Amino acid sequence: MQEQLNKILEEAKAQLSEAKTHGETDEIRVRFLGKKGELTGILRGMGKLSPEERKTTGQMANQVRAEIEKMLADKFEAVKQAAKEAQFKKEKIDVTEPGRLEGLGVKHPLTITMDEICRVFRNMGYSIVEGPEVETVFNNFDALNAGPDHPARDMTDTFYISEDVLLRTQTSPVQVRTLLSQKPPIKVISPGRVFRCDTPDATHSPMFHQVEGLLVDEGITMADLKGTLDSFAKQMFGTSTRTKFRPHHFPFTEPSAEVDVSCFKCGGKGCRVCKGSGWIEILGCGMVHPNVLKVGGLDTEKYTGFAFGLGVERVAMLKYGVDDIRLFYENDMRFINQFK
Amino acid sequence: MLVPMEWLNDYIDPGVSTEEFCDRMIMSGSNLETCEYFGEGIEKVVVGRIEKIEPHPDADKLVICRMNVGEPELVQIVTGAPNVFEGALVPVALHKSHIPGPLHGQPKQEGGVKITKGKLRGVESYGMLCSCSELGFEDKVVPVVHKDGIWILEGDYELGADLPEALGLKSAVIDFEITPNRPDCLAMVGMAREASATLGRPFTYPDIDIKEENGAGEAKDFVSVEIKNPESCKRYCARVVTDIKVEQSPWWLQKRLMYAGMRPINNIVDITNFVMLEYGQPIHAFDINQVKGGRIIVENAKPGEVFTTLDESERTLSPNMLMIKDAERSIAVAGVMGGLNSEIEADTKTIIVESANFAGESVRRTAKDLGLRTEASARFEKGIDPNLCADAADRVCRLIEMIGAGKVCAGRVDVYPEPQEPKVIDVRVSRINAVLGIDLTREEMVSMLEGLEIGVAGEGDIMTVTPPTVRQDLIQEEDYVEEIARMYGYDRLPVTLPRGSNEASIPYGWQLRDLVRDSLCAMGANEIQTYSFVSPRTVDNVRIAEDSWERAFVRIINPLGEENSVMRTILTPNMLETLSRNMNRNIDKVKAFEIGNTFMASELNKDHLPDEEYSLCIGIYGKGEDFFSLKGMVCEMLRILGIREPLFVAESEYGPYHPGRCARICVEASPEMKAAGVDTEEIGIMGEIHPDVAEKYGMKGERIYCCEIMFGALQRHADTEIVYTPLPKYPSTARDIALLVDEDMEVGRIEKVIKEFGGKILETVRLFDVYRGQQVEDGKKSVAFSLVYRDKDKTLTDEEVTEVHSKVLDALKDKLNAVLREM
Repeated sequence: MQEQLNKILEEAKAQLSEAKTHGETDEIRVRFLGKKGELTGILRGMGKLSPEERKTTGQMANQVRAEIEKMLADKFEAVKQAAKEAQFKKEKIDVTEPGRLEGLGVKHPLTITMDEICRVFRNMGYSIVEGPEVETVFNNFDALNAGPDHPARDMTDTFYISEDVLLRTQTSPVQVRTLLSQKPPIKVISPGRVFRCDTPDATHSPMFHQVEGLLVDEGITMADLKGTLDSFAKQMFGTSTRTKFRPHHFPFTEPSAEVDVSCFKCGGKGCRVCKGSGWIEILGCGMVHPNVLKVGGLDTEKYTGFAFGLGVERVAMLKYGVDDIRLFYENDMRFINQFK
Repeated sequence: MLVPMEWLNDYIDPGVSTEEFCDRMIMSGSNLETCEYFGEGIEKVVVGRIEKIEPHPDADKLVICRMNVGEPELVQIVTGAPNVFEGALVPVALHKSHIPGPLHGQPKQEGGVKITKGKLRGVESYGMLCSCSELGFEDKVVPVVHKDGIWILEGDYELGADLPEALGLKSAVIDFEITPNRPDCLAMVGMAREASATLGRPFTYPDIDIKEENGAGEAKDFVSVEIKNPESCKRYCARVVTDIKVEQSPWWLQKRLMYAGMRPINNIVDITNFVMLEYGQPIHAFDINQVKGGRIIVENAKPGEVFTTLDESERTLSPNMLMIKDAERSIAVAGVMGGLNSEIEADTKTIIVESANFAGESVRRTAKDLGLRTEASARFEKGIDPNLCADAADRVCRLIEMIGAGKVCAGRVDVYPEPQEPKVIDVRVSRINAVLGIDLTREEMVSMLEGLEIGVAGEGDIMTVTPPTVRQDLIQEEDYVEEIARMYGYDRLPVTLPRGSNEASIPYGWQLRDLVRDSLCAMGANEIQTYSFVSPRTVDNVRIAEDSWERAFVRIINPLGEENSVMRTILTPNMLETLSRNMNRNIDKVKAFEIGNTFMASELNKDHLPDEEYSLCIGIYGKGEDFFSLKGMVCEMLRILGIREPLFVAESEYGPYHPGRCARICVEASPEMKAAGVDTEEIGIMGEIHPDVAEKYGMKGERIYCCEIMFGALQRHADTEIVYTPLPKYPSTARDIALLVDEDMEVGRIEKVIKEFGGKILETVRLFDVYRGQQVEDGKKSVAFSLVYRDKDKTLTDEEVTEVHSKVLDALKDKLNAVLREM
């Protein structure tokens, strides 16, 4: 009987080594350990044995059983692993094939630039105000202290709809609207489209975008203006940016200034972008002219303020190295897609 | 304003390098356009004399010149210039020399041109004879006599002398940007005053001290002046010079004019131009023989009068134009241009020097109406101090005397009805400090102002200031704030931040536009921006009906061209143009959108502007795109704005779109509108672009999908507040149905009935299949929906679901003749 048991064990071993699948392995399990299996058969026949024989044979049979079970378990695990590996092999992909995605769209570079400018000023507490693109001559010129002979009023410079109505040449009329509708403290920026009679070429466009700002409160000084725009420049172009204020003239501010920022491409050493000077002119600004504050009925002894403005196209062109302003309005998708 | 440093040095010694001078002038308010160094880049160019000219054996247009350049040996140079003659002194660029260029008939070369010996048609040439422009002068300033050939030098120069040295050619020429408030700086004297204040160094005025009034008699014997229109002529000052010799100006005078951008003509004209550049005061000279009766009358033109100006153009005048007349006729357009009839000629013997002040507005209007803008008119337009007239007239006479070109008659005839007084005001030290955020003392401010020739009186906080009358920009206290600021230096002002609140608000419309941009970008669309003005023909291109609102344009009076002449009423044409451009450039798939203003004409006046409204346009084409991919984008975007159940109503009449593939996009009307009997409100339109329109835009046979949505309506219906709905606790039951319906039955109608009868427990209904073909008879289609039932408060029993579901099926059958198919 013990011989038989050994034989069974050997056979099980032999068969299992041949088995390749879960099914084959299971057949072997049934064959040896099932209710009608070989080992079961032997155990059933043990009744015929003497108690001692029964004891030793029983022990041996249990040993053999345990051994077969162990072998089966190992085999099951092995075929399971083999099956997985086969599957993995079958499912192998070429990871260098391109990814598949309907990509995100992208905002227009002028929107991106304008948003950035607005974000900086919003963080400094400036509210956004908007006004119409078709404006009154009063809001665009008269109220902004541009005299009746101011050259910008010419039909060669400004688009007119009628004698009293024009396409705004700046977003400053929104400041006039704000002065007429709000009381100080006034702290606003007005982003938007403006129009001037320029034939389109690489650096001119009859339509472009501006962001202008206005702060009116008690005790506002030109030093505050410097601090504000210096902070803006650092937030917009990097913390190492420096600013230079040069005297200039605008009808609606006095004193007026143009602001250069240290070139954000070369850091001020001089390069192609800054034409070797290390500086880039970017902003116009000044202390709001009392004649403008008076439009809002303000006491100019009590209130002072400053105003500033910058061209969005100019910033975008410098920042992204765009050399032709017309690209912004051509809307070639290969151009727009670069601003992702 | 071109400022040759050599000229400026007549009035002030800056005492600093040109670079530092420029930097300091910039910081005091005279911004720099360019700074050029004339005479740089001229090397080994010498004075030479043409000793002999021989014909070239093989070229008719070339000659061989034997040049004396101060060496024992003559140098042979071949030239093609027609104006050379034996004995002429000319600039000679020797072998291995360098000139700024450009060479005759060639474009300007960066860095100039190197000249070496060579052969011209077989004859050795050891250099080149130079023209003015080859030595760096612009064509427009080259005297006519030298214009088409070699520069013939006048006067005595040592042969072989270094040309820049001999002619004093080296000078920096600075081009300052003069802002419109500072016309006084369009003059050398004005710039000298600025330089003096900026650098703190003294300056001297030009010499107007006429040494000998030895003309034949007094000015008043020759000329009388009458101003009939004192509004437009504030002052007229005349002097008379006799024994005039019209000839070329001395080189120093020619050179200054050339550096300052003007072409020398003859000594008298050059002096008038020189003084104009020096003082900013335009000067005109008349030949006294042509001034009938010796009378100068300043008066408006007669209606329809015809007058020939110096440029030999015949011009028709109108009665609002101010003229200079003599006893019989007009002789000049005041402040604009002289007349041909009183021009200085080579044989002119006696001249009247006019130094007058004409009102800017009058000159501007006249120049504009005549289409004739001159240096003089531009200056009058900007405003000139009438107090300059006498000095400028004297200066002209002094210069004529100085170069020996005439004899000055005693006295001036000066009509000056209302002399210009300085604008004296009080300004406060405290206010100036307060606005600038600084703390200067009165003494510091007074010193700065006096440096600008502003007189200061008063005491304590009050400074009573008297500006020079040339400074017409100094009117109010703020003007003095600016003077102090720029003299102190903007760079020295402190840097502070304003105190006050940092709360900012953003308009709701702005926020929504941001949201729409974000959501459309997330769906793969790119934003575009196009011009707000368009061609009126765009509406024809997109087949807008004749009397439709889209044609109610706001028109520009002075557009750049017809294609930019009206404000857009819709965005779709610009979108189609953009799509077409991209398609032409072989971009095979585009999803684009624009958010921009549209304009509707209405009664226009200063109190009433056109209606402006933001509009949103989406345009797509390419593989996989169709009506429903666009509709999907639109619905998703609306959902993000909180508009959950838009309605799409078939539209077959709207011009831009395919009649079978177009829908008006509607939303449920607001309660107010509903009360007025309106159930839905249209917010936009979408569809496939009409094939004729696509063809018009060069996209024949392509399927283009667009929508245009009015932002105002979106904003009214948007609801961006998000309130959480609890997740369902109880299970749902799904029932799928397939219905056989007529081909033209809209899915939307079926859904509406399902929703109506599904009632509260119908959670969702979703179309999942539309089938035509086998087993579906012609003229019919099979539509399959998945209905999901759920009660939020309990688990629905099968019976409960069946009850409602049967009602739905019955209603579909009764109302729509939709028959349930076996699934």
